[in-house]
Amino acid sequence: MLTIENLCARVEDKDILKGLNLEVKPGEVHAIMGPNGAGKSTLGSVLAGRESFTVTEGEVRFDGKDLLELDVEERAREGLFLAFQYPVEIPGVSNMEFLKASVDAVRKHQGKPDLSSVEFMKLARETSKRVKLDQAFLKRGVNEGFSGGEKKRNEILQMMLLEPRLCILDETDSGLDIDALQTVADGVNAMRSEERSFIVVTHYQRLLDYIVPDVVHVLADGKIVKSGDKSLAKELEAKGYRWLESEVA
Amino acid sequence: MGDLQTHALELAARQQAPEWAGDLRRRGAQRFASASWPNRRTERWKYTPLVAIAKKQLALPVDDVMALPEGELIDVDAYKIAFVNGVFSPQHSDALPEGVVTLADAEGSEIELLQAHLGRQADSQEHLFAALAEATLGQGLLVHIAAGKVLDKPLYVVHYSCGEQPLLASTRILVLAEASAELELIEHFLCDTQEQANLVTAQTEMVLGDNARVKHYRLNLEGEGVTHMGGVFAELGRDALFDGFAIATGGELIRNDYVLSHCGSGAHVELQGVYLPRGRQVVDYHTNIQHRVPHCTSNEVFRGIVGDRAKAVFNGRIHIFEQAQKTLAQLSNKNLLTSNKAEVDTKPELEIYADDVKCAHGATVAQLDETSLYYLQTRGISKEQALVMMSFGFINELIQAIKNPAVAEYLLPRLASQFGRQPDDLLVLEADTLD
Repeated sequence: MLTIENLCARVEDKDILKGLNLEVKPGEVHAIMGPNGAGKSTLGSVLAGRESFTVTEGEVRFDGKDLLELDVEERAREGLFLAFQYPVEIPGVSNMEFLKASVDAVRKHQGKPDLSSVEFMKLARETSKRVKLDQAFLKRGVNEGFSGGEKKRNEILQMMLLEPRLCILDETDSGLDIDALQTVADGVNAMRSEERSFIVVTHYQRLLDYIVPDVVHVLADGKIVKSGDKSLAKELEAKGYRWLESEVA
Repeated sequence: MGDLQTHALELAARQQAPEWAGDLRRRGAQRFASASWPNRRTERWKYTPLVAIAKKQLALPVDDVMALPEGELIDVDAYKIAFVNGVFSPQHSDALPEGVVTLADAEGSEIELLQAHLGRQADSQEHLFAALAEATLGQGLLVHIAAGKVLDKPLYVVHYSCGEQPLLASTRILVLAEASAELELIEHFLCDTQEQANLVTAQTEMVLGDNARVKHYRLNLEGEGVTHMGGVFAELGRDALFDGFAIATGGELIRNDYVLSHCGSGAHVELQGVYLPRGRQVVDYHTNIQHRVPHCTSNEVFRGIVGDRAKAVFNGRIHIFEQAQKTLAQLSNKNLLTSNKAEVDTKPELEIYADDVKCAHGATVAQLDETSLYYLQTRGISKEQALVMMSFGFINELIQAIKNPAVAEYLLPRLASQFGRQPDDLLVLEADTLD
């Protein structure tokens, strides 16, 4: 599904990713852990196509396509979804209008039939119930005045509506209370399937109690320095990242 | 004397007008003639050059029966009153409700009221185009709502500019709302083609008695060729409420001066405005909220989106007089530039002489937020559509807050299509700005 080879990227003049390799197969859940500043969020931004991040070397293939050649919106339409660490507030643009525009654009590209306004509203309402987001939030501006937890629920709502094939969760768990964390995890687990893959970027092992990964990677200084099964996360939690840094060195 | 001064006064001299207006007209003519034509050093016109209008060749409107563009009117249950090129058009107007009379038909005590109030607030010594309006006085309305009366339907005044010849269209509205009277006035300015090039001088003066309530809409939806020199003036008595909404989408030059004065304690002014000049259009709002007495409140919010090579000027003055203690005044002006050639000149101006007041003001100029744009794109929305959504979102809050649903329903699709139907030039410029 996703093959990353020797990915190097910089923001402004600072090298952040320094030769990252990763292979994600359909149906797999990969967790990426690592200390602050390791490049975890950069990876999400580079995959989503944020312009301020420059890829200096390496390649990324998404279902055989050269991902780095695609515009931001094309990547989304091809089935890549990034749940933001800090979802953006856009006052004045109604959440419902935004969700509809988004779903319309993605479905059209994927050759799925259009949803009528009525069908869409119904779907949006049902889905918002599943992520326990009050329907009043559909009428507000995008993320406008949402609490941290409500913003993350809104991200998961979008993920469920767009039905992406590759979901990248960028520290979606940070700042969440246990209820919100459970809801986010339920949303992800409900969407797990043989065709859909996840990259779960997190700082804390806690999330991985709820979303059980197939592979855990440790990202440090722009590279994946260690990979293992879910027990690696526990080990990290117990020993801290320092342990690893010394081991790698 | 400038070209327009000479020329307009020649036109005024050939105009027919009611006899009672004679003295006012002479006064206006004299003041307009003796005014020095503004230049870049004139504070009130510093950012709004009048060079182009000074050369306008105008004629007087003739009594043509032009059809109104019915499809372009607001579908509202109201008393419709039409002025075509500034001239009252009975065939396009509903029967006037009690208390409303055209200036031409005013008689007896109505004339006395007109003579007592016209030009009192729209001071022709102070406001250049109020002087021109006074010199050309003759068309317009007197709206006199008696104490305790509530006008059952809004007054929907259609100001229609049409025809190939640029005309001097001058209308005047005087509203006298006595104690506890209520009315809603919708002023809708429109024209037949983008080339239509009238000079519209429309001055509206209102006197709100104690506890009177006036809702006022000033919709400048003219085409790209029109020059509009307007003024909205109101004096508020004790506990009176003026609730105003203003919008200007374009025009060669659209200038409106709002002067709203709190003259009785407990009065409240609410004023919301939106401007959207494009191309080479210029929109200019000068607002002046005068807190003359204690315990009054005002809330003013203007938002503008300026694209292409267009220009917007916003001057928001709040004047709190020495005795106006316990005043609460708020002013906010936010601007969005969607092109790197667009210009905004915004200036909040506070003059506070009382020492126990709360006054908040702010003005911002920004470009569309790059992070928001990226966020929308990561959800599959194209850059072009995202820009449209974000621009529209910026003013949408104010449009959604319009209290008259018919006005909101009229404006929403038109504004949406204004954003939607310009994907070529404007959005290319926008994309340039963001890169």
